[in-house]
Amino acid sequence: MALQGMGQADPYGPVATPAEPEWLAGKPADARTGESRFHSYESKLIGLAAVIIFLAVWQGVGVIRAVWPEGISLGPLFFVAPTQLFLPTPVEIGQAFGTYARDPKFVKDVLTSGQELSYGYLLAAALAIPLGLLMGWYARFRYALDPFVTFLYATPRIVLLPLLIIWFGIGVESKVAVVFLGAFFAMIINTTAGVRNLDVNLIKVARSFGASDLQLFRTVALPGSVPFILTGLRLGIGHALTGVVVGEAVAAQFGVGQMMFVAGATFQSSKVFAGLVLIAGAGMLMTFTLQWLERRFDAWRPRPN
Amino acid sequence: MIIPLDQRRADVETVTVKLEARRVGIRYRRQRTGDELVAVDGVDLIVSQGEFVSIVGPSGCGKTTFLNAVDGLIPIASGSLLLDDRDITAPGPDRAMVFQQPSLLPWRTVMGNVIYGIEMQHRAGRESREIAKRLIDLVGLGGFAESWPSELSGGMQQRVNLARALATDPELLLLDEPFAALDAQTRETMQQELTRIWGETRKTAIFITHDIAEAVYLADRVIVFTARPGRVKLDIKIELPRPRDLRLKREVEFVAYERTIWETIREEVIRSETLRTRAVA
Repeated sequence: MALQGMGQADPYGPVATPAEPEWLAGKPADARTGESRFHSYESKLIGLAAVIIFLAVWQGVGVIRAVWPEGISLGPLFFVAPTQLFLPTPVEIGQAFGTYARDPKFVKDVLTSGQELSYGYLLAAALAIPLGLLMGWYARFRYALDPFVTFLYATPRIVLLPLLIIWFGIGVESKVAVVFLGAFFAMIINTTAGVRNLDVNLIKVARSFGASDLQLFRTVALPGSVPFILTGLRLGIGHALTGVVVGEAVAAQFGVGQMMFVAGATFQSSKVFAGLVLIAGAGMLMTFTLQWLERRFDAWRPRPN
Repeated sequence: MIIPLDQRRADVETVTVKLEARRVGIRYRRQRTGDELVAVDGVDLIVSQGEFVSIVGPSGCGKTTFLNAVDGLIPIASGSLLLDDRDITAPGPDRAMVFQQPSLLPWRTVMGNVIYGIEMQHRAGRESREIAKRLIDLVGLGGFAESWPSELSGGMQQRVNLARALATDPELLLLDEPFAALDAQTRETMQQELTRIWGETRKTAIFITHDIAEAVYLADRVIVFTARPGRVKLDIKIELPRPRDLRLKREVEFVAYERTIWETIREEVIRSETLRTRAVA
Protein backbone atom coordinates (compact mmCIF):
# COMPACT_ATOMS: atom_id res chain seq x y z
CA MET A 1 0.00 0.00 0.00
CA ALA A 2 3.00 2.30 0.40
CA LEU A 3 2.37 4.65 -2.50
CA GLN A 4 5.06 7.13 -1.52
CA GLY A 5 7.85 4.58 -1.47
CA MET A 6 9.77 3.18 1.42
CA GLY A 7 9.31 4.48 4.90
CA GLN A 8 6.02 6.22 4.23
CA ALA A 9 2.78 5.80 6.15
CA ASP A 10 -0.06 4.12 4.34
CA PRO A 11 -1.71 7.05 2.52
CA TYR A 12 -5.11 5.41 2.95
CA GLY A 13 -4.75 5.20 6.69
CA PRO A 14 -5.88 7.86 9.13
CA VAL A 15 -2.35 8.80 10.22
CA ALA A 16 -0.89 11.77 8.43
CA THR A 17 2.81 12.17 7.74
CA PRO A 18 4.66 14.43 5.32
CA ALA A 19 4.58 13.01 1.81
CA GLU A 20 8.17 13.93 1.15
CA PRO A 21 10.82 11.29 0.49
CA GLU A 22 13.01 10.31 3.39
CA TRP A 23 16.27 11.52 1.90
CA LEU A 24 15.03 15.09 2.35
CA ALA A 25 14.54 14.64 6.06
CA GLY A 26 17.10 16.17 8.38
CA LYS A 27 19.41 18.87 7.11
CA PRO A 28 19.98 18.55 3.38
CA ALA A 29 21.44 22.08 3.27
CA ASP A 30 24.40 21.13 5.43
CA ALA A 31 25.31 18.15 3.33
CA ARG A 32 25.28 20.34 0.22
CA THR A 33 27.40 23.05 1.80
CA GLY A 34 30.02 20.51 2.75
CA GLU A 35 30.18 19.22 -0.76
CA SER A 36 30.46 22.65 -2.38
CA ARG A 37 33.24 23.60 0.07
CA PHE A 38 35.30 20.71 -1.26
CA HIS A 39 34.54 21.79 -4.82
CA SER A 40 35.58 25.39 -4.32
CA TYR A 41 38.78 24.19 -2.63
CA GLU A 42 39.54 22.00 -5.62
CA SER A 43 38.80 24.75 -8.13
CA LYS A 44 41.10 27.20 -6.33
CA LEU A 45 43.89 24.65 -6.26
CA ILE A 46 43.69 23.98 -9.99
CA GLY A 47 43.49 27.71 -10.73
CA LEU A 48 46.55 28.43 -8.62
CA ALA A 49 48.56 25.65 -10.29
CA ALA A 50 47.66 26.98 -13.75
CA VAL A 51 48.81 30.50 -12.82
CA ILE A 52 52.10 29.18 -11.44
CA ILE A 53 52.76 27.17 -14.60
CA PHE A 54 51.95 30.18 -16.77
CA LEU A 55 54.36 32.43 -14.82
CA ALA A 56 57.06 29.76 -14.90
CA VAL A 57 56.84 29.42 -18.69
CA TRP A 58 56.91 33.20 -19.04
CA GLN A 59 59.96 33.43 -16.81
CA GLY A 60 61.51 30.63 -18.88
CA VAL A 61 61.53 33.03 -21.84
CA GLY A 62 63.81 35.29 -19.77
CA VAL A 63 66.09 32.38 -19.00
CA ILE A 64 66.43 31.61 -22.72
CA ARG A 65 67.18 35.27 -23.38
CA ALA A 66 69.93 35.30 -20.71
CA VAL A 67 71.57 32.00 -21.72
CA TRP A 68 71.22 32.24 -25.53
CA PRO A 69 71.08 35.94 -26.36
CA GLU A 70 71.81 35.09 -30.05
CA GLY A 71 68.92 32.62 -30.27
CA ILE A 72 68.59 28.85 -30.02
CA SER A 73 67.73 26.05 -32.44
CA LEU A 74 64.76 24.03 -31.31
CA GLY A 75 64.66 21.28 -33.90
CA PRO A 76 63.62 22.88 -37.19
CA LEU A 77 62.79 26.17 -35.42
CA PHE A 78 65.15 28.95 -34.56
CA PHE A 79 63.95 30.76 -31.46
CA VAL A 80 65.13 34.22 -30.45
CA ALA A 81 63.84 35.25 -27.05
CA PRO A 82 62.09 38.65 -27.14
CA THR A 83 63.96 41.56 -25.64
CA GLN A 84 63.08 43.09 -22.31
CA LEU A 85 61.55 46.05 -24.16
CA PHE A 86 59.25 43.72 -26.08
CA LEU A 87 58.31 41.28 -23.31
CA PRO A 88 59.71 41.79 -19.80
CA THR A 89 59.70 38.70 -17.56
CA PRO A 90 57.66 38.46 -14.34
CA VAL A 91 60.81 39.06 -12.28
CA GLU A 92 61.64 42.21 -14.29
CA ILE A 93 58.09 43.42 -13.86
CA GLY A 94 58.43 42.80 -10.14
CA GLN A 95 61.63 44.81 -10.02
CA ALA A 96 60.06 47.66 -11.99
CA PHE A 97 57.11 47.57 -9.59
CA GLY A 98 59.51 47.77 -6.63
CA THR A 99 61.31 50.77 -8.11
CA TYR A 100 58.01 52.48 -8.91
CA ALA A 101 56.64 51.76 -5.44
CA ARG A 102 59.59 53.66 -3.89
CA ASP A 103 59.05 56.62 -6.24
CA PRO A 104 57.21 59.45 -4.39
CA LYS A 105 54.90 59.72 -7.42
CA PHE A 106 53.59 56.20 -6.71
CA VAL A 107 51.47 57.21 -3.71
CA LYS A 108 50.15 60.24 -5.56
CA ASP A 109 49.25 58.11 -8.62
CA VAL A 110 47.53 55.40 -6.64
CA LEU A 111 45.60 57.89 -4.52
CA THR A 112 44.50 59.89 -7.56
CA SER A 113 43.33 56.85 -9.51
CA GLY A 114 41.76 55.31 -6.41
CA GLN A 115 39.87 58.53 -5.77
CA GLU A 116 38.63 58.74 -9.37
CA LEU A 117 37.59 55.11 -9.37
CA SER A 118 35.87 55.01 -5.99
CA TYR A 119 34.10 58.38 -6.26
CA GLY A 120 32.87 57.69 -9.78
CA TYR A 121 31.84 54.13 -9.09
CA LEU A 122 30.13 54.75 -5.76
CA LEU A 123 28.35 57.82 -7.08
CA ALA A 124 27.13 55.77 -10.04
CA ALA A 125 25.84 53.02 -7.73
CA ALA A 126 24.25 55.51 -5.36
CA LEU A 127 22.26 57.11 -8.18
CA ALA A 128 21.72 54.17 -10.56
CA ILE A 129 20.20 51.78 -8.02
CA PRO A 130 17.41 54.06 -6.72
CA LEU A 131 16.72 55.46 -10.20
CA GLY A 132 16.68 51.95 -11.68
CA LEU A 133 14.27 50.77 -9.00
CA LEU A 134 11.99 53.73 -9.73
CA MET A 135 12.21 53.12 -13.47
CA GLY A 136 11.28 49.49 -12.98
CA TRP A 137 8.43 50.29 -10.62
CA TYR A 138 6.84 53.31 -12.33
CA ALA A 139 6.21 52.76 -16.03
CA ARG A 140 5.70 56.47 -16.75
CA PHE A 141 9.03 57.35 -15.15
CA ARG A 142 10.62 54.68 -17.31
CA TYR A 143 8.97 56.05 -20.47
CA ALA A 144 10.43 59.45 -19.66
CA LEU A 145 14.00 58.30 -18.97
CA ASP A 146 14.19 55.50 -21.54
CA PRO A 147 15.31 57.65 -24.51
CA PHE A 148 18.19 59.16 -22.51
CA VAL A 149 19.34 55.87 -21.07
CA THR A 150 19.16 54.14 -24.45
CA PHE A 151 20.99 56.97 -26.20
CA LEU A 152 23.82 57.14 -23.68
CA TYR A 153 24.10 53.38 -23.24
CA ALA A 154 24.52 52.90 -26.97
CA THR A 155 27.24 55.59 -27.08
CA PRO A 156 30.72 54.69 -25.77
CA ARG A 157 30.92 57.26 -22.96
CA ILE A 158 34.63 57.65 -23.58
CA VAL A 159 33.77 59.83 -26.58
CA LEU A 160 32.40 62.37 -24.11
CA LEU A 161 35.91 62.87 -22.67
CA PRO A 162 36.76 65.99 -24.71
CA LEU A 163 33.60 67.62 -23.40
CA LEU A 164 34.15 66.41 -19.84
CA ILE A 165 37.65 67.87 -19.88
CA ILE A 166 36.28 71.21 -21.07
CA TRP A 167 33.64 71.10 -18.34
CA PHE A 168 35.66 69.68 -15.46
CA GLY A 169 39.30 70.35 -16.36
CA ILE A 170 42.18 67.87 -16.37
CA GLY A 171 42.04 67.16 -12.62
CA VAL A 172 40.29 64.38 -10.75
CA GLU A 173 36.80 65.71 -11.55
CA SER A 174 36.75 64.90 -15.27
CA LYS A 175 37.87 61.32 -14.53
CA VAL A 176 35.27 60.90 -11.82
CA ALA A 177 32.73 62.01 -14.41
CA VAL A 178 33.89 59.54 -17.03
CA VAL A 179 34.02 56.68 -14.52
CA PHE A 180 30.55 57.62 -13.35
CA LEU A 181 29.16 57.67 -16.88
CA GLY A 182 30.86 54.40 -17.68
CA ALA A 183 29.50 52.46 -14.71
CA PHE A 184 26.11 54.16 -14.34
CA PHE A 185 24.29 52.70 -17.35
CA ALA A 186 25.13 49.05 -16.80
CA MET A 187 23.86 49.50 -13.24
CA ILE A 188 20.63 51.34 -14.05
CA ILE A 189 19.67 49.03 -16.92
CA ASN A 190 20.17 45.91 -14.83
CA THR A 191 18.35 47.32 -11.80
CA THR A 192 15.38 48.27 -13.97
CA ALA A 193 15.34 44.80 -15.49
CA GLY A 194 15.40 43.31 -11.99
CA VAL A 195 12.22 45.09 -10.95
CA ARG A 196 10.50 44.33 -14.24
CA ASN A 197 11.29 40.63 -13.95
CA LEU A 198 9.61 40.22 -10.58
CA ASP A 199 7.35 37.21 -10.16
CA VAL A 200 3.77 38.52 -10.50
CA ASN A 201 2.58 35.73 -8.23
CA LEU A 202 4.65 37.14 -5.38
CA ILE A 203 3.14 40.58 -5.91
CA LYS A 204 -0.32 38.99 -5.79
CA VAL A 205 0.55 37.24 -2.51
CA ALA A 206 1.73 40.52 -0.98
CA ARG A 207 -1.42 42.30 -2.14
CA SER A 208 -3.60 39.51 -0.84
CA PHE A 209 -2.07 39.92 2.61
CA GLY A 210 -2.86 43.62 2.41
CA ALA A 211 0.70 44.84 1.87
CA SER A 212 1.08 48.57 1.29
CA ASP A 213 3.11 49.86 -1.66
CA LEU A 214 6.06 50.45 0.61
CA GLN A 215 5.86 46.96 2.14
CA LEU A 216 5.52 45.44 -1.32
CA PHE A 217 8.60 47.34 -2.41
CA ARG A 218 10.63 46.42 0.65
CA THR A 219 9.68 42.74 0.86
CA VAL A 220 9.25 41.78 -2.80
CA ALA A 221 10.64 44.31 -5.28
CA LEU A 222 13.91 45.09 -3.53
CA PRO A 223 15.03 41.56 -2.58
CA GLY A 224 13.79 40.27 -5.95
CA SER A 225 15.99 42.76 -7.78
CA VAL A 226 19.16 42.10 -5.79
CA PRO A 227 20.62 39.49 -8.16
CA PHE A 228 20.14 41.91 -11.09
CA ILE A 229 21.57 44.85 -9.14
CA LEU A 230 24.67 42.79 -8.31
CA THR A 231 25.09 41.89 -11.99
CA GLY A 232 24.90 45.58 -12.86
CA LEU A 233 27.51 46.39 -10.22
CA ARG A 234 29.80 43.71 -11.56
CA LEU A 235 29.49 44.90 -15.17
CA GLY A 236 30.09 48.44 -13.93
CA ILE A 237 33.57 47.52 -12.64
CA GLY A 238 34.99 46.97 -16.13
CA HIS A 239 33.48 50.19 -17.46
CA ALA A 240 34.78 52.13 -14.45
CA LEU A 241 38.35 50.87 -14.85
CA THR A 242 38.32 51.67 -18.57
CA GLY A 243 37.17 55.17 -17.65
CA VAL A 244 40.07 55.69 -15.23
CA VAL A 245 42.81 54.49 -17.57
CA VAL A 246 41.56 56.11 -20.77
CA GLY A 247 40.60 59.30 -18.97
CA GLU A 248 44.10 59.65 -17.53
CA ALA A 249 45.65 58.78 -20.88
CA VAL A 250 43.90 61.70 -22.53
CA ALA A 251 44.68 64.36 -19.96
CA ALA A 252 46.03 64.04 -16.44
CA GLN A 253 48.94 64.99 -14.21
CA PHE A 254 48.82 61.98 -11.92
CA GLY A 255 47.33 58.53 -11.87
CA VAL A 256 48.20 54.92 -12.62
CA GLY A 257 46.80 55.23 -16.13
CA GLN A 258 48.76 58.43 -16.77
CA MET A 259 51.91 56.72 -15.51
CA MET A 260 51.30 53.75 -17.84
CA PHE A 261 50.94 55.90 -20.93
CA VAL A 262 54.02 57.96 -20.06
CA ALA A 263 55.97 54.73 -19.46
CA GLY A 264 54.69 53.30 -22.76
CA ALA A 265 55.72 56.42 -24.67
CA THR A 266 59.22 56.17 -23.16
CA PHE A 267 59.57 52.43 -23.87
CA GLN A 268 59.54 51.29 -20.23
CA SER A 269 57.49 48.13 -20.84
CA SER A 270 58.16 46.72 -17.38
CA LYS A 271 56.63 49.81 -15.83
CA VAL A 272 53.59 49.53 -18.10
CA PHE A 273 53.15 45.99 -16.84
CA ALA A 274 53.53 47.21 -13.24
CA GLY A 275 50.60 49.60 -13.88
CA LEU A 276 48.62 46.78 -15.40
CA VAL A 277 49.13 44.75 -12.22
CA LEU A 278 47.72 47.63 -10.19
CA ILE A 279 44.68 48.08 -12.43
CA ALA A 280 43.98 44.34 -12.53
CA GLY A 281 44.43 44.19 -8.75
CA ALA A 282 41.84 46.92 -8.26
CA GLY A 283 39.40 45.14 -10.57
CA MET A 284 39.86 41.82 -8.78
CA LEU A 285 39.49 43.41 -5.37
CA MET A 286 36.20 44.97 -6.44
CA THR A 287 34.97 41.72 -7.99
CA PHE A 288 35.82 39.74 -4.85
CA THR A 289 34.01 42.28 -2.69
CA LEU A 290 30.94 41.91 -4.88
CA GLN A 291 31.16 38.13 -4.80
CA TRP A 292 31.25 38.31 -1.03
CA LEU A 293 28.16 40.56 -1.10
CA GLU A 294 26.48 38.17 -3.49
CA ARG A 295 27.03 35.23 -1.15
CA ARG A 296 25.71 37.32 1.69
CA PHE A 297 22.47 38.24 -0.16
CA ASP A 298 22.00 35.12 -2.25
CA ALA A 299 22.21 32.44 0.43
CA TRP A 300 18.71 31.32 -0.58
CA ARG A 301 19.68 30.61 -4.18
CA PRO A 302 20.19 26.95 -5.02
CA ARG A 303 23.85 26.60 -6.01
CA PRO A 304 25.04 24.39 -8.86
CA ASN A 305 28.03 22.35 -7.73
CA MET B 1 -33.47 23.39 -8.64
CA ILE B 2 -33.81 27.15 -8.29
CA ILE B 3 -34.73 28.03 -4.75
CA PRO B 4 -35.66 31.65 -4.07
CA LEU B 5 -32.79 33.35 -2.34
CA ASP B 6 -34.83 34.52 0.63
CA GLN B 7 -35.95 31.01 1.39
CA ARG B 8 -32.42 29.73 1.10
CA ARG B 9 -31.28 32.41 3.49
CA ALA B 10 -33.98 31.20 5.90
CA ASP B 11 -32.57 27.68 5.78
CA VAL B 12 -29.22 28.75 7.08
CA GLU B 13 -30.49 31.35 9.52
CA THR B 14 -29.84 29.02 12.43
CA VAL B 15 -26.08 29.22 11.87
CA THR B 16 -24.06 32.37 11.38
CA VAL B 17 -23.69 33.48 7.79
CA LYS B 18 -20.05 34.17 6.99
CA LEU B 19 -20.08 35.01 3.31
CA GLU B 20 -23.07 36.14 1.31
CA ALA B 21 -22.90 36.62 -2.44
CA ARG B 22 -25.99 38.07 -4.09
CA ARG B 23 -26.22 38.28 -7.89
CA VAL B 24 -22.50 38.85 -8.10
CA GLY B 25 -21.25 39.82 -11.55
CA ILE B 26 -17.57 40.25 -12.42
CA ARG B 27 -16.21 41.62 -15.68
CA TYR B 28 -12.71 42.13 -16.83
CA ARG B 29 -11.02 43.60 -19.84
CA ARG B 30 -8.71 41.39 -21.78
CA GLN B 31 -5.29 43.02 -21.96
CA ARG B 32 -4.48 42.08 -25.52
CA THR B 33 -7.77 42.48 -27.38
CA GLY B 34 -9.31 45.09 -25.11
CA ASP B 35 -12.77 43.51 -25.24
CA GLU B 36 -14.73 43.04 -22.08
CA LEU B 37 -15.40 39.58 -20.74
CA VAL B 38 -18.16 38.59 -18.32
CA ALA B 39 -16.44 36.06 -16.10
CA VAL B 40 -19.17 35.59 -13.53
CA ASP B 41 -22.80 36.62 -13.78
CA GLY B 42 -25.36 36.42 -11.01
CA VAL B 43 -23.66 34.19 -8.46
CA ASP B 44 -25.78 33.56 -5.38
CA LEU B 45 -23.95 31.78 -2.61
CA ILE B 46 -24.10 31.63 1.13
CA VAL B 47 -21.31 30.14 3.20
CA SER B 48 -21.94 29.59 6.90
CA GLN B 49 -19.51 29.86 9.75
CA GLY B 50 -17.25 26.82 9.96
CA GLU B 51 -18.38 25.38 6.66
CA PHE B 52 -16.06 23.88 4.03
CA VAL B 53 -17.38 24.64 0.57
CA SER B 54 -15.84 23.36 -2.66
CA ILE B 55 -16.51 25.04 -5.97
CA VAL B 56 -16.11 23.01 -9.16
CA GLY B 57 -16.95 23.81 -12.75
CA PRO B 58 -15.71 23.60 -16.32
CA SER B 59 -12.46 25.34 -17.23
CA GLY B 60 -12.74 29.08 -17.52
CA CYS B 61 -16.06 29.26 -15.68
CA GLY B 62 -14.87 32.05 -13.42
CA LYS B 63 -14.30 30.05 -10.21
CA THR B 64 -10.90 31.60 -9.60
CA THR B 65 -12.16 35.04 -10.59
CA PHE B 66 -14.93 34.71 -8.02
CA LEU B 67 -12.44 33.65 -5.36
CA ASN B 68 -10.19 36.61 -6.19
CA ALA B 69 -13.20 38.89 -5.72
CA VAL B 70 -13.90 37.33 -2.32
CA ASP B 71 -10.27 37.96 -1.40
CA GLY B 72 -10.74 41.56 -2.51
CA LEU B 73 -8.09 41.42 -5.24
CA ILE B 74 -10.56 42.35 -7.98
CA PRO B 75 -13.77 44.42 -7.77
CA ILE B 76 -17.23 43.11 -8.56
CA ALA B 77 -19.26 44.79 -11.29
CA SER B 78 -22.74 44.11 -9.94
CA GLY B 79 -24.59 42.54 -7.03
CA SER B 80 -23.19 42.43 -3.54
CA LEU B 81 -20.52 40.44 -1.80
CA LEU B 82 -20.72 40.53 1.98
CA LEU B 83 -18.39 39.10 4.57
CA ASP B 84 -19.89 39.29 8.06
CA ASP B 85 -22.46 41.69 6.57
CA ARG B 86 -19.79 44.10 5.37
CA ASP B 87 -18.99 44.79 1.71
CA ILE B 88 -15.74 43.33 0.45
CA THR B 89 -13.74 46.13 -1.16
CA ALA B 90 -10.10 45.20 -0.56
CA PRO B 91 -8.02 42.38 0.88
CA GLY B 92 -8.28 42.20 4.64
CA PRO B 93 -6.86 40.31 7.60
CA ASP B 94 -10.15 38.38 7.92
CA ARG B 95 -9.31 36.44 4.74
CA ALA B 96 -6.27 34.55 3.55
CA MET B 97 -5.59 32.88 0.25
CA VAL B 98 -3.74 29.67 -0.49
CA PHE B 99 -2.54 30.12 -4.05
CA GLN B 100 -2.37 27.59 -6.84
CA GLN B 101 1.37 28.20 -7.15
CA PRO B 102 3.25 28.00 -3.83
CA SER B 103 4.47 31.57 -4.52
CA LEU B 104 6.88 31.57 -1.59
CA LEU B 105 9.40 34.36 -1.25
CA PRO B 106 12.58 32.48 -2.27
CA TRP B 107 14.79 34.74 -0.14
CA ARG B 108 12.90 33.92 3.05
CA THR B 109 13.16 30.70 4.97
CA VAL B 110 10.07 28.59 5.70
CA MET B 111 9.73 30.50 8.97
CA GLY B 112 10.10 33.85 7.22
CA ASN B 113 7.44 32.90 4.70
CA VAL B 114 4.97 31.70 7.29
CA ILE B 115 5.18 34.94 9.27
CA TYR B 116 5.03 37.03 6.08
CA GLY B 117 1.27 37.56 6.24
CA ILE B 118 1.34 38.57 9.90
CA GLU B 119 4.14 40.99 9.10
CA MET B 120 2.22 42.60 6.25
CA GLN B 121 -0.73 43.11 8.57
CA HIS B 122 1.52 44.85 11.11
CA ARG B 123 0.72 42.26 13.71
CA ALA B 124 4.15 40.70 13.98
CA GLY B 125 5.24 40.51 17.57
CA ARG B 126 7.20 38.33 19.89
CA GLU B 127 4.56 35.60 19.75
CA SER B 128 4.33 35.44 15.92
CA ARG B 129 7.34 33.15 15.68
CA GLU B 130 5.64 30.86 18.19
CA ILE B 131 2.45 30.86 16.12
CA ALA B 132 4.46 30.16 12.98
CA LYS B 133 6.35 27.37 14.70
CA ARG B 134 3.08 25.70 15.71
CA LEU B 135 1.70 25.98 12.17
CA ILE B 136 4.88 24.62 10.61
CA ASP B 137 4.46 21.61 12.90
CA LEU B 138 0.75 21.41 12.09
CA VAL B 139 1.38 21.17 8.34
CA GLY B 140 3.99 18.47 9.01
CA LEU B 141 7.15 20.48 8.34
CA GLY B 142 8.63 20.37 11.82
CA GLY B 143 12.43 20.62 11.45
CA PHE B 144 12.24 22.56 8.19
CA ALA B 145 11.63 26.02 9.67
CA GLU B 146 15.06 27.27 8.62
CA SER B 147 15.09 25.63 5.17
CA TRP B 148 14.92 27.71 1.99
CA PRO B 149 11.94 27.13 -0.33
CA SER B 150 14.32 25.92 -3.04
CA GLU B 151 15.24 23.00 -0.78
CA LEU B 152 11.64 21.80 -0.53
CA SER B 153 9.59 19.57 -2.84
CA GLY B 154 6.41 20.88 -4.47
CA GLY B 155 4.21 19.25 -1.84
CA MET B 156 6.26 20.73 0.99
CA GLN B 157 6.09 24.18 -0.61
CA GLN B 158 2.30 23.91 -0.75
CA ARG B 159 2.29 23.05 2.95
CA VAL B 160 4.19 26.28 3.60
CA ASN B 161 1.67 28.14 1.40
CA LEU B 162 -1.12 26.74 3.60
CA ALA B 163 0.70 27.51 6.85
CA ARG B 164 1.30 31.09 5.68
CA ALA B 165 -2.44 31.57 5.12
CA LEU B 166 -3.35 29.98 8.46
CA ALA B 167 -0.77 32.11 10.31
CA THR B 168 -2.85 35.26 9.91
CA ASP B 169 -5.68 33.41 11.68
CA PRO B 170 -8.26 34.35 9.02
CA GLU B 171 -12.02 34.06 9.44
CA LEU B 172 -12.28 32.74 5.91
CA LEU B 173 -9.71 30.55 4.19
CA LEU B 174 -9.64 30.71 0.40
CA LEU B 175 -7.94 27.90 -1.50
CA ASP B 176 -7.40 28.25 -5.24
CA GLU B 177 -6.67 24.80 -6.66
CA PRO B 178 -3.77 24.43 -4.24
CA PHE B 179 -3.03 20.83 -5.20
CA ALA B 180 -3.46 21.13 -8.97
CA ALA B 181 0.26 21.21 -9.70
CA LEU B 182 1.11 18.19 -7.55
CA ASP B 183 1.51 14.60 -8.67
CA ALA B 184 -1.43 12.27 -8.05
CA GLN B 185 -0.03 10.63 -4.92
CA THR B 186 1.24 13.74 -3.20
CA ARG B 187 -2.10 15.27 -4.04
CA GLU B 188 -4.05 12.56 -2.21
CA THR B 189 -1.79 12.83 0.80
CA MET B 190 -2.27 16.58 0.81
CA GLN B 191 -6.06 16.18 0.61
CA GLN B 192 -5.93 13.98 3.64
CA GLU B 193 -3.63 16.41 5.40
CA LEU B 194 -6.00 19.27 4.63
CA THR B 195 -8.99 17.45 6.16
CA ARG B 196 -6.90 16.80 9.26
CA ILE B 197 -5.71 20.41 9.52
CA TRP B 198 -9.18 21.73 8.81
CA GLY B 199 -10.50 19.40 11.50
CA GLU B 200 -8.14 21.04 13.98
CA THR B 201 -8.77 24.65 12.96
CA ARG B 202 -12.41 24.55 11.74
CA LYS B 203 -11.92 27.61 9.57
CA THR B 204 -14.65 28.57 7.17
CA ALA B 205 -13.16 27.58 3.82
CA ILE B 206 -13.83 27.95 0.11
CA PHE B 207 -11.90 25.50 -2.02
CA ILE B 208 -11.67 25.80 -5.79
CA THR B 209 -10.81 22.68 -7.77
CA HIS B 210 -11.15 20.86 -11.07
CA ASP B 211 -11.08 17.52 -9.35
CA ILE B 212 -14.56 16.29 -8.42
CA ALA B 213 -13.36 13.58 -6.03
CA GLU B 214 -11.20 16.15 -4.26
CA ALA B 215 -14.18 18.52 -3.95
CA VAL B 216 -16.44 15.83 -2.48
CA TYR B 217 -13.79 14.40 -0.20
CA LEU B 218 -12.96 17.74 1.41
CA ALA B 219 -16.24 19.61 1.53
CA ASP B 220 -19.45 19.91 3.50
CA ARG B 221 -21.02 21.33 0.37
CA VAL B 222 -20.08 21.26 -3.29
CA ILE B 223 -21.07 24.10 -5.60
CA VAL B 224 -21.04 23.51 -9.35
CA PHE B 225 -20.59 26.57 -11.56
CA THR B 226 -22.03 26.80 -15.06
CA ALA B 227 -19.80 27.48 -18.07
CA ARG B 228 -18.85 31.13 -18.54
CA PRO B 229 -20.35 33.36 -17.46
CA GLY B 230 -20.25 31.39 -14.22
CA ARG B 231 -23.35 31.00 -12.09
CA VAL B 232 -24.31 28.46 -9.44
CA LYS B 233 -25.80 25.45 -11.19
CA LEU B 234 -25.82 22.90 -8.39
CA ASP B 235 -25.49 23.24 -4.64
CA ILE B 236 -25.17 19.84 -3.02
CA LYS B 237 -24.63 18.96 0.63
CA ILE B 238 -22.10 16.20 1.23
CA GLU B 239 -23.47 14.14 4.09
CA LEU B 240 -20.46 11.97 4.73
CA PRO B 241 -19.10 11.41 8.22
CA ARG B 242 -15.92 13.07 9.46
CA PRO B 243 -13.08 12.52 10.08
CA ARG B 244 -12.68 11.18 6.56
CA ASP B 245 -9.83 9.07 5.32
CA LEU B 246 -8.96 8.31 1.72
CA ARG B 247 -10.74 4.92 1.76
CA LEU B 248 -13.96 6.91 1.67
CA LYS B 249 -13.30 7.62 -2.00
CA ARG B 250 -14.16 4.00 -2.79
CA GLU B 251 -17.49 3.98 -0.89
CA VAL B 252 -20.81 3.81 -2.73
CA GLU B 253 -22.19 7.08 -1.31
CA PHE B 254 -19.02 8.90 -2.28
CA VAL B 255 -19.15 7.60 -5.83
CA ALA B 256 -22.83 8.58 -6.06
CA TYR B 257 -22.00 12.20 -5.16
CA GLU B 258 -19.16 12.16 -7.61
CA ARG B 259 -21.41 10.91 -10.35
CA THR B 260 -24.13 13.51 -9.77
CA ILE B 261 -21.57 16.30 -9.92
CA TRP B 262 -19.82 14.79 -12.91
CA GLU B 263 -23.11 14.63 -14.85
CA THR B 264 -23.84 18.25 -14.03
CA ILE B 265 -20.43 19.44 -15.16
CA ARG B 266 -20.61 17.32 -18.31
CA GLU B 267 -23.83 19.03 -19.32
CA GLU B 268 -22.08 22.35 -18.91
CA VAL B 269 -19.02 21.33 -20.86
CA ILE B 270 -21.19 20.11 -23.74
CA ARG B 271 -23.29 23.28 -23.61
CA SER B 272 -20.24 25.54 -23.65
CA GLU B 273 -18.71 23.62 -26.54
CA THR B 274 -21.94 23.88 -28.54
CA LEU B 275 -21.98 27.61 -27.88
CA ARG B 276 -18.40 27.95 -29.00
CA THR B 277 -18.99 25.93 -32.17
CA ARG B 278 -22.04 28.04 -32.95
CA ALA B 279 -20.05 31.20 -32.36
CA VAL B 280 -17.37 30.03 -34.77
CA ALA B 281 -19.93 29.03 -37.44
